[in-house]
Amino acid sequence: MINNRPIIVTEKLTKSFGENVAVNQLTLSVQQGEVFGLLGPNGAGKTTTVRMLAALLVPSGGEAEVAGFKVGDEDQEIRRKIGLLPEAPGLYDSLSAEQNLAFFGSMYGVDNIAEQTQKYLELLGLWNRRYEPVGTFSKGMRQKLAIARALLHEPDVLFLDEPTSGLDPQASRLVREFIEDLKGEGRTIILTTHNLEEADRLCDRVAVISGHLLALDAPGELRRKIFGRKVVFHLQETNQGLIEALKRFPFVSDVQAVDNKILAAVENPEEQNPQIIRALVEGGGDVQFVGELRRRLEDVYLELMGAIEDDKYGKN
Amino acid sequence: MERIKAIIIKEWREVFKNKFVLFTVSFLPLMITALPLVILYFAGSSDGFTGISTADLPPQFESLCGSLEGSDCMLYYIVTQFLLLFMMVPVIVPMTIASYSIVGEKTTRTLEPLLATPVTTVEILIGKGLAGVIPAVLTTWIGYLIYAAGAYIMVSNPAVVSKLFDPLWMIAIFLVGPLLSLMGVSISVMISSRVNDPRVAEQISGIFVLPVVGLFIGQMTGMLLVNETFILWLAAVLLVLDTVLFYFAIQVFQRETILSRWK
Repeated sequence: MINNRPIIVTEKLTKSFGENVAVNQLTLSVQQGEVFGLLGPNGAGKTTTVRMLAALLVPSGGEAEVAGFKVGDEDQEIRRKIGLLPEAPGLYDSLSAEQNLAFFGSMYGVDNIAEQTQKYLELLGLWNRRYEPVGTFSKGMRQKLAIARALLHEPDVLFLDEPTSGLDPQASRLVREFIEDLKGEGRTIILTTHNLEEADRLCDRVAVISGHLLALDAPGELRRKIFGRKVVFHLQETNQGLIEALKRFPFVSDVQAVDNKILAAVENPEEQNPQIIRALVEGGGDVQFVGELRRRLEDVYLELMGAIEDDKYGKN
Repeated sequence: MERIKAIIIKEWREVFKNKFVLFTVSFLPLMITALPLVILYFAGSSDGFTGISTADLPPQFESLCGSLEGSDCMLYYIVTQFLLLFMMVPVIVPMTIASYSIVGEKTTRTLEPLLATPVTTVEILIGKGLAGVIPAVLTTWIGYLIYAAGAYIMVSNPAVVSKLFDPLWMIAIFLVGPLLSLMGVSISVMISSRVNDPRVAEQISGIFVLPVVGLFIGQMTGMLLVNETFILWLAAVLLVLDTVLFYFAIQVFQRETILSRWK
């Protein structure tokens, strides 16, 4: 579904509030149809970046283009092309779900408001509650309604700022599944989240930022870049001879024995595992299972953040 | 135009669903309409001022009363005292609505999704302004019509009643009223854009009723006579003031500042 044409391009995008530089020279591009995650700690500049790309804040420096329009110069055009789910749903409590969507439909200039309202309220399971004041809705229902609002005008780019924050597991799952459905439709989605498992599952690529860009790639690639690929060999029992046999391979590094397992960083497991297994068997090892040690995106994130902390405090 | 209409309807739905706000908005016009009618009721008719001759009245009454003489002039003077009270309605009524308009969106966190839409600042300000001005002007007009009808019933001299429909009242009610309302709304929206608490917005906006109260006191104490010339000047000044205030309201509505300074 991902198209090679970038729909978002930023070049040294910067935003300062007085002395405080919230976003520092951020350069990235997002392809059409991509689900792109913006990760980072609180105050890393994720929301500020989204607000700049949503034409809500004017950049202090650098440039950005969204859907072919330049941020700061063609903001009205950008607002027509994007949908935004802010950190807080921001709905009118005294108005019904239908009235909320009708109002925002008018703001976006949607021609077929009634049809679009019905479509998204049905999709998100709120159609039967359409006449009820939003003030009576649960947090999950409000979040779903806010997502419906962001989609009402069929935007090219959807910005979702912490879409599952504060939701119970069931509501989070519903929202996540809905985002997966949107991904299936080929929409470009920019997702900011603290939920790294969610980002790992939903995002094609992620950018880890902390004021500036720390890393940018597909979650799997980031894992490989930072931790390499580790293979776990489950054996009947391990001995020093087997470990030494593995260390002789030039493409194997970081060999460790844990209980009856040997962990080793292997450059290309698909090609090199057979050689390693042969060596283990020839060395008298009884191989039970072989698998890849799967690092979580959280490990990548913590590793990157740890590096920042180390830099900050001058550790090696 | 569709967006402005949608903003007006949304504002009304929000305001009038809140019974307390509805009561606050309608209480003052009801009082201002009822008070002069009660006074007129107790004055009964111009018989209460029997024996008063034109020579007994202050000189400024003459220019106001025209052909009315003695007791009729006195009664008409009393009736006219309430004209400025009516002028307070279009200023005060929209204040609750307008002062809450922007800061209310900030507190409920609805401003960010609203500003993310293609709606322009001018459309937001016109929509929110008219949402306050329209009920205020309609309330003033309805109050005036009730007052005129009450005066027709309670005042025996038709010449006095007919004066309620002379150009002075027509300009005051149908031109100065809306202009005053626009002034009040522009000021309230400006304040609402700058503060972070609806209570502060309403309190500061309340200060701007004082000039109208001052006019009322000035007329009551005889320092000021509200006649046609005065009303026409007032209309001209308000027209200029409203234009300037609306321009400033647009300048004050800094989208980025409103969003980034609000926590």
